[in-house]
Amino acid sequence: MSVTRGFLGHRRERDPRLPPGQYNAGDDWPVLTAEVTPNLRTDAWTLTVDGLVERVSTWTWDEAHALPQSEYHGDIHCVTTWSKLGTVFGGVSVDEVLDAAGPRPEATHVMATSTTGYTTNLPLEDLRGGKAWVAFTFGGLPLTTHHGGPVRLLVPHLYFWKSAKWVTRLTLMDHDEPGFWERNGYHDRGDPWQEQRYQGD
Amino acid sequence: MAGAALPGRLTPPTTEEHAIDTGTPTAPRGGWRRATVREVRDPGGAVVLRLDVPDRVDHMPGQHYVVRLTADDGYTAARSYSVVSAPSDPLVELYVERLEDGEVSTFLADVVEPGDELEVRGPIGGWFAWDGETPVLAVGGGSGVAPLVSMLRHAHDLGRPELVCLVAAARTLAQTPYAEEISGGCQVVALSRETSPSGRAASRLSAADLAPLVEGRRTAFVCGSAAFAEAASQLLVSVGMPAGSIRVERFGPSG
Ligand SMILES: Cc1cc2nc3c(=O)[nH]c(=O)nc-3n(C[C@H](O)[C@H](O)[C@H](O)COP(=O)(O)OP(=O)(O)OC[C@H]3O[C@@H](n4cnc5c(N)ncnc54)[C@H](O)[C@@H]3O)c2cc1C
Repeated sequence: MSVTRGFLGHRRERDPRLPPGQYNAGDDWPVLTAEVTPNLRTDAWTLTVDGLVERVSTWTWDEAHALPQSEYHGDIHCVTTWSKLGTVFGGVSVDEVLDAAGPRPEATHVMATSTTGYTTNLPLEDLRGGKAWVAFTFGGLPLTTHHGGPVRLLVPHLYFWKSAKWVTRLTLMDHDEPGFWERNGYHDRGDPWQEQRYQGD
Repeated sequence: MAGAALPGRLTPPTTEEHAIDTGTPTAPRGGWRRATVREVRDPGGAVVLRLDVPDRVDHMPGQHYVVRLTADDGYTAARSYSVVSAPSDPLVELYVERLEDGEVSTFLADVVEPGDELEVRGPIGGWFAWDGETPVLAVGGGSGVAPLVSMLRHAHDLGRPELVCLVAAARTLAQTPYAEEISGGCQVVALSRETSPSGRAASRLSAADLAPLVEGRRTAFVCGSAAFAEAASQLLVSVGMPAGSIRVERFGPSG
């Protein structure tokens, strides 16, 4: 440990729901995107699950909404150090679409791709077992464009860059491959409780 | 349900920007380093720190460092700061706006003295980074000019200042960081509360400021608060800059 001369720190009270190095953004929801917000038309959007699956499967907006819907109640954590507590997102559990496509036994990782070309990689395990959603609503209302609306991936137990905005494709792979931020030095898994911010953490 | 894709293969990225990005430097390279503060300048409402970073990897203009402060009981606070200096500068220069009640920025502005050591990690960021070749339009709001000044300084080093058109938006000249470097060529200082030295009348940044500059600029870099970044990117799109060519960095409430 290398102590910084004269630094005491502000010591705001720590909420146990906050992972190390995070602060509570309260009602704010800072927007962080590497590019200009796109205008995504729901009649042109589709969700595809491909790669190492039994049946490459695609859903239109209406078809995705006809799947069983479920909700996430809990916190989200951004690598830029804000967390938002007690959020409610609604959408389709990723289990639903994975089960429909049938992951092949050799599939271990997933690349999520957005309509903008943004990509992010995830271990398949992090998307299964009720841990991830294709989300359409926030707080009961349609997701706004700035926050990835009308649709985004939601993987709330990992840093939020894994929750790809405007997600359109999940590709199953038998190996890991870095996505957009990961190629730029961010962590391949991104567990906030282990502070996996950058490669090598 | 229908669809076709090659099993196990990724669909090629749909925008050129992402394709170009493959293989650009990852970051941060190396772990935490102990930098020594060599110079501290106080331009008013902000602090300029010039750091000696041992075993430094050269940055690309646009990249940033993380500064980590540690209290004696192990409590830490870390924030990101863009590099202002050019890669050729022997020191790493940071410009830190002093935010009232900000934990790290007030410490850096009020407490740090020459000779102090600071833990840093970087350079970070392969996306908001200029390659030193592409003609770019760089638009910064307030302290958001910091990474753009690095681009401008680097362009001067290369003997090709025309590669970087920097537009700095602020309220007053006094609140425009590095205003003295942002003049001549295609540089613009756009002030909302007073007439700028070039004679531009007081008004908010508008399409009229940017329209004459987009021609031939292959990439735009936009940096500042979230609100500024959104407004400036929309202005750029309105004057014909393709959305896919605009790279945005938001300083956010807490980097
Ligand atoms: C890539 C990048 C580059 C950057 N480059 C620069 C730069 O070149 N120059 C520059 O000046 N800044 C830069 N920033 C911003 C910088 O990282 C810091 O966010 C800024 O200095 C404020 O930090 P602070 O500790 O002073 O303020 P903080 O203590 O973080 O407070 C800032 C605000 O955040 C909120 N906040 C933070 N912590 C808490 C908490 N525990 N509880 C409640 N609210 C809280 C409050 O609203 C507060 O007003 C950059 C950011 C990024 C992401």
